Amino acid sequence: MDLDIAIQLMGSSLRLATPLLLACLAGLFSERAGIFDIGLEGKMLAAAFTAGAFAAVSGSAWIGLLAGIAASMVLALLHGLASITLKGNQLISGVAINFLASGLTALIGQNWFHQGGQTPQLSGSGRFLGVQWPLTETIGQIPVIGPVYQNLISGHNILVYLALLTVPATWWVLFRTRFGLRLRAVGENPGAVDTAGVSVVRQRYAAVLICGLLCGVAGAYLSTGMSAGFVREMTAGKGFIALAALIFAKWRPWPALWACLLFGFLEAVGIRYQGISIGSLQVPVQFMQALPYILTVVILAGFGGKAIPPRAGGRPYVKER
Amino acid sequence: MSSQLPRWVDLGLIPVINLVLAFLVAGLVVVFIGEDPIQAVRILISGSLGSSYGIGFTLYYATTFVFTGLSVAIAFHAGLFNIGGEGQAALGGIGATLVCLAFNWPHWLIALPFAILGACLFGGAWAFIPGYLQAKRGSHVVITTIMFNFIGSALVVYLLVNVLKVPGSMAPETRNFAEGTFLPFVHEMLAVVGITVSKTPMNFASILALAAAFLTWMLIWRTRLGYEMRAFGFSEPAAVYGGIDPVRITIIAMLLSGAMAGMMALNVVMGFQHRLVLDYVGGAGFVGIAVSLMGRSHPVGVLLASVLFGILYQGGAELAFEMPNISREMIVVIQALVILFTGALENLVRAPMARLFARRRVEAA
Amino acid sequence: MGATGADTATGRHGDAALAIELVGISKSFGPVQANRDIDLPVRRGTIHGIVGENGAGKSTLMSILYGFYTADSGEIRINGKVTDIPDSLAAIRAGIGMVHQHFMLVEPFTVLENVILGAEDGALLRPSLAKARRELTRLAEEYELQVDPDAIVGDLSVGFQQRVEILKALYRECDILILDEPTGVLTPAEADHLFRILENLRAEGKTIILITHKLREIMAVTDEVSVMRRGQMVRTLVTAETSPAELAELMVGRRVLLRVEKTEAKPGDVVMDVRDLSLTDASGVERLRGISLSVRAGEILGIAGVAGNGQSELLEILAGIRPATGGTVSLHGAPLDLSSITNADERRQSRMAHVPEDRHRRGLVMPFAEWENSCFGYHREDRFDGPFDTLNRVAVRQHARESIEKFDIRPPSCDLKTANFSGGNQQKIVLAREIERDPEVLLVGQPTRGVDIGAIEFIHQQIVALRDRNKAIILVSVELDEIQALSDRIIVMFDGRISGERMAGKTDERELGLLMAGIDPAKGQAA
Repeated sequence: MDLDIAIQLMGSSLRLATPLLLACLAGLFSERAGIFDIGLEGKMLAAAFTAGAFAAVSGSAWIGLLAGIAASMVLALLHGLASITLKGNQLISGVAINFLASGLTALIGQNWFHQGGQTPQLSGSGRFLGVQWPLTETIGQIPVIGPVYQNLISGHNILVYLALLTVPATWWVLFRTRFGLRLRAVGENPGAVDTAGVSVVRQRYAAVLICGLLCGVAGAYLSTGMSAGFVREMTAGKGFIALAALIFAKWRPWPALWACLLFGFLEAVGIRYQGISIGSLQVPVQFMQALPYILTVVILAGFGGKAIPPRAGGRPYVKER
Repeated sequence: MSSQLPRWVDLGLIPVINLVLAFLVAGLVVVFIGEDPIQAVRILISGSLGSSYGIGFTLYYATTFVFTGLSVAIAFHAGLFNIGGEGQAALGGIGATLVCLAFNWPHWLIALPFAILGACLFGGAWAFIPGYLQAKRGSHVVITTIMFNFIGSALVVYLLVNVLKVPGSMAPETRNFAEGTFLPFVHEMLAVVGITVSKTPMNFASILALAAAFLTWMLIWRTRLGYEMRAFGFSEPAAVYGGIDPVRITIIAMLLSGAMAGMMALNVVMGFQHRLVLDYVGGAGFVGIAVSLMGRSHPVGVLLASVLFGILYQGGAELAFEMPNISREMIVVIQALVILFTGALENLVRAPMARLFARRRVEAA
Repeated sequence: MGATGADTATGRHGDAALAIELVGISKSFGPVQANRDIDLPVRRGTIHGIVGENGAGKSTLMSILYGFYTADSGEIRINGKVTDIPDSLAAIRAGIGMVHQHFMLVEPFTVLENVILGAEDGALLRPSLAKARRELTRLAEEYELQVDPDAIVGDLSVGFQQRVEILKALYRECDILILDEPTGVLTPAEADHLFRILENLRAEGKTIILITHKLREIMAVTDEVSVMRRGQMVRTLVTAETSPAELAELMVGRRVLLRVEKTEAKPGDVVMDVRDLSLTDASGVERLRGISLSVRAGEILGIAGVAGNGQSELLEILAGIRPATGGTVSLHGAPLDLSSITNADERRQSRMAHVPEDRHRRGLVMPFAEWENSCFGYHREDRFDGPFDTLNRVAVRQHARESIEKFDIRPPSCDLKTANFSGGNQQKIVLAREIERDPEVLLVGQPTRGVDIGAIEFIHQQIVALRDRNKAIILVSVELDEIQALSDRIIVMFDGRISGERMAGKTDERELGLLMAGIDPAKGQAA
């Protein structure tokens, strides 16, 4: 494989990994606080639609982004209401949110734009376009480093860089701040937090809302960054791949980055090559598509280090009697 | 909490209130879209129940949901949340299809037992792996079944595109089955006794669904296995104390659940489409979750909830035709709201009810 | 704060002002009234004991004081001032710290992180951690509270975890410290250390409330003691002016039957023989080390020990629901399978019955109807056969009704959900099921935990009656009184070993207490 193709593949991996990474870190905040979230997909989808719609109507990608975040956070609040305030089943709530988003986006989309559930094609300021880094032309001349700088480091849209920056930010918030300490504590033993005089409810809502925020960015990226508009079901399971990456990374920020890049790479390869030959063996494209899920099951099965979720995860906090 | 509530409130009133809430919100969505919800309901009902044609379709859909709903319910009783119905049903389709394509079957009655076996085996196998991993390696069955839905979907696409496709055809579907495998349609069966109804896809599998509901009830509330499943579902340490092997129960429950999901292939593939097409499940596996939640995981409840969702699916198609603003996705919204109110937001109604009845009891005392 | 120092200077037993005064506290959970019109005065700078049986309402009362629950009515006064405590934060602000019975620690966190949780200075952790490190060093010296600040809490022993809990409270500069059953999980040596710490704290002017049901501890360290019974406050006494007998009487409301009516045991042949049993758990900790014992027909073998010294594990291995890592167990000379958690069925078939320590988690399926529990574990027996491998409901319900009659289970309805029976009646359901099978060996764990007095007598009588039918019984209990009252022979366990064996008639509390601490007085050194 020559350098150009490698760089193209890497660049496309990075772009494909971006929504995964944002959603994965979203899930990380929520699940570290003890709220399981299988509704990442739904929140992303709602955000993708809202962002696409508002960007189309306003002509501004930024307004689209804000609207997408708002939609995602409303669903996050619903998840919070169900799983924190009403102490309901977090998994069922996640399933409901996925369907709600799937149904509402298609229904409202058709009703609003009459384009078979799509939002109008975005162009210009309605989209997040690639940002050219300084001196791309000059540095581009240097062999090897040049093309890497020009085509891999430079040229992505702002949300890609934002997603990458979210990784150290997440790490720092979780492990270096009071907020992070309490957030992790609430996911391990909410009783300890409660008796220390800190509100479990508030802490968990904060985590769930951050999850909503990041899913919102992920969704907006899909419809206003990666594509030029919303298409029905455009998340296409990305929320679940993000969930898989989260487990794969064992709920840690840096490994989450590597997991998402790996899954992004697999997707990029799958898109570029309809099936790969390794020697005489034909690897079908469907296998590539299924690989992230297969890898996650392998990790879940405890091959390659046990994935231990936060101890209080999935359970509503009830003061014991 | 729930122990404080009388049975009729727990099993009757609360589900009804939850359902009413779900439909109220759905009504609001319709209003938001700019249509008349009352008119929408009228179209929904007349489209689904207003003619033998509508009823046939409604019950055809309902039959599918009985299978997937029972599938979720069986796992639920063993404390397992099987979200993998979609993938298990897809694999069940492969199983039934392989049986139907294997021979030039002389009569559907001969093909049927083998097709059931094929559907159950493949559907069960697809649930077996997550069940085994949960039992032996502690991998959370919810996550693995989600993953297996995607893996299953990829597998089925691969098989349809590369293996089972008709040579030379572009469509990812199998060739038509031999006529000897066609389950009789209900309109055909009724014609034999002299009753004429509209031609609909409703077929013999509906009777199988009723039998499946009865057998599930027997299994859960009458057999020792069901007794053990429920004990395990309520408390694993107690089950171990009672001499129940958690590994065995988890795997059996998932196998039965997956097999039940696979059974839907009989209704759709063997009973109606007579060939396997891409994504024949079409979300029915997920509808099973809503059906089971709404039916409180009781076979009778599952039957009722399935009919309701059958009404939604058939009536929803009519509705989309009559009111173009309301597309078929309205059903998905209602489905989401039902899951939300009967499942996730259950305490919205339950907690105030529990308080109300606790107070009444104190006053009565 | 100056006034506080002046007050304490007037002396512990003088007219020191009250640190806490609870007035007319009531609290109910649904139909259950946990606290009824409770008054409690606690003098500043004293150790104040609160005793009562399980379920007397002690923990609920303290949870109200700590803001975990809010009282339905009543008033809390801290240092004479009426104080509203809606949550734990308010309690902490009022200078109250609490060490819960089940530790409120985040196990994957370090000691430092646990200590600062909720009491951080500022949004960043670094300064808080540095400050806590200094503070911990100081507290360690002042109160004998040494703990490695960087240790992961989950890796610490329970004794050390408890220190972390106390450090958490002290770090928050509490003046009033509540300890809920602090010695339940401690060895006597650790408990002594704890009491020294408490005395140090008292010397510093702190007020301590000690909740316990162990009268010995009350007599040893408290200045005053309040007795609770069935959600009500019975009386508050000066410890020096009372006796264990008086406290016991106040606790239970009538003279306690300290001895169970039973005749001399006539032990027969050895029924069960345990050789070199050992257990190493997943994290590599040795839970059982070379346990050898035997039980004869017609005797009750009591196994005493502080909770967590291997008794529970031993019982579960014998019952076939926990695998052992070494050793053998034979029943009538035939070896038992000790390799998996799924041998309960096999044990029942070889006529062993088991009343587990935790009836809520193990012994009963709480949402089941009573009749469904009446055959639990025996549901595969021929007598309950129905067609097509179904459970014969008629036979099971008949059996359930007979048990209800024989064991006086109330209310006498086999259709009632098990969770709706009282603790004593739930235990009777378990006992009826296990004893009615007329087992050769009965394994019993904590038979009267959370059971009312009336039921305790009945349960004890049933166990003795089984012995008199020439059956072998192994009784595990952390209540020394119960062990002494029931057993014919007593084995004491400490740290996974048998630290001593005595005939019940030839030993006393003092000797057993030393054995429970791992000290064999006969040898005069640590076992």
